[in-house]
Amino acid sequence: MVALGGSDIERLIAMLSRLPGLGPRSARRAALYLLREPQTRLAPLSRAMDSAARSVRTCSTCGTLDTTDPCTICADPERDRGLVCVVETVGDLWALERAGIHRGVYQVLGGTLSALAGMGPDDLNTAPLFARIKAGGVREVILALAATVEGATTAHWLQERLAPTGVAVSRVGHGVPMGGALDVLDDGTLAAALTARRPA
Amino acid sequence: MEWEAAALVLSARPFGEGSAIVHLFTEEHGRCAGLARGGASRRQASLWQPGNLALVHWRARLADQLGQVTGELVHPAAVTILDAPLSLAMLSSVLAVADATLPEREAYPALFLDTVRLVALIAARADDPPMALLVAWELALLGEIGFGLDLGACAVTGSTSDLRFVSPKTGRAVSEDAAGVWRDRLLRLPAFLRDPDAPSGPEDWRDGLDLTAHFLSREALGQRHVGLPAARLRLRERIGAMISA
Repeated sequence: MVALGGSDIERLIAMLSRLPGLGPRSARRAALYLLREPQTRLAPLSRAMDSAARSVRTCSTCGTLDTTDPCTICADPERDRGLVCVVETVGDLWALERAGIHRGVYQVLGGTLSALAGMGPDDLNTAPLFARIKAGGVREVILALAATVEGATTAHWLQERLAPTGVAVSRVGHGVPMGGALDVLDDGTLAAALTARRPA
Repeated sequence: MEWEAAALVLSARPFGEGSAIVHLFTEEHGRCAGLARGGASRRQASLWQPGNLALVHWRARLADQLGQVTGELVHPAAVTILDAPLSLAMLSSVLAVADATLPEREAYPALFLDTVRLVALIAARADDPPMALLVAWELALLGEIGFGLDLGACAVTGSTSDLRFVSPKTGRAVSEDAAGVWRDRLLRLPAFLRDPDAPSGPEDWRDGLDLTAHFLSREALGQRHVGLPAARLRLRERIGAMISA
């Protein structure tokens, strides 16, 4: 590899190139952009990252990432604590929050049942969910898991474990997305949409 | 080197940012793996769902390389049964067992056709899942990979009637009379494995699953010191729960 002006710069490029969406070439461009004006670009980024590394933690109630524990969502008195939406990852929670349609709270599982990924029932973050149900006040659990074999298997598994609690369990619908013309949809989505059709 | 064939997707795991390593089962090339570039992307993720039948194009510079795959969906089996827990458990089990037990790049044409047929039946009969056929498929798989059971006649008396048990050591059938005091140490042979037209229920399925699990664990997987796939264990657990309910 050609030396790029010192080991610190090379290390910065190497670290940036590990980020999603960046390869060595784009990491070099990003490093160069930051280093051109270090005081206004690099130093604030460095401080923000350092601060995030020190303050961000996992919420002990729902499993999301926040600077406080319990997280902002769990601590929000306006949220409906009787409505718990179960998602696979923090990214899924952020997607639902962006949409702004769920006014309840969440439970982040941290994955789905998958032999390939080494995820078994014990690896899923379900204990806080059952603790919340046991404590009372939960009316409905919404299973917002992926429309994949692993997502559906996890949903069925969880549904069976929730059945004895008496809490209502629902699942998000699968099918044609908003603005999705039928002729450009993939076959799997079309099949899911037809399978999950309902009376008009 | 390259080929094009109908393939059953056995499994797919993310690789890198948007790609996936997929395991496929084909008639001519057996179980094989390939890198699907963009396979975990929004556009392709539904194609590489386990259980789907796809027309796959596999290409590599050398035959022993992982190879790259592209594909086109032929039949989406998984998506039709996402809401049917037992069917989904059966599908996952069939695919996981095939993925775990079949040697790589060895052709099993008869087993491939049986597997495609079984997957199609599982997808089509969500209200009446073909559990007996699944157990029979596991027996056929054991036979194909060299660990076939001899269920034609009693290992002790040679009788071909009233076969009720299987020896866990030899894999040979044992009749009711010959079982004697050893019956508790023998595996139960469900009626539907003796007569494919015989009706079957959860208890027969449990006996069948326990029978094949014993030989899959000991012969097909035991040599590699791995246990039964989690999906197969969950299916057995589900049948057990059906019996207890």
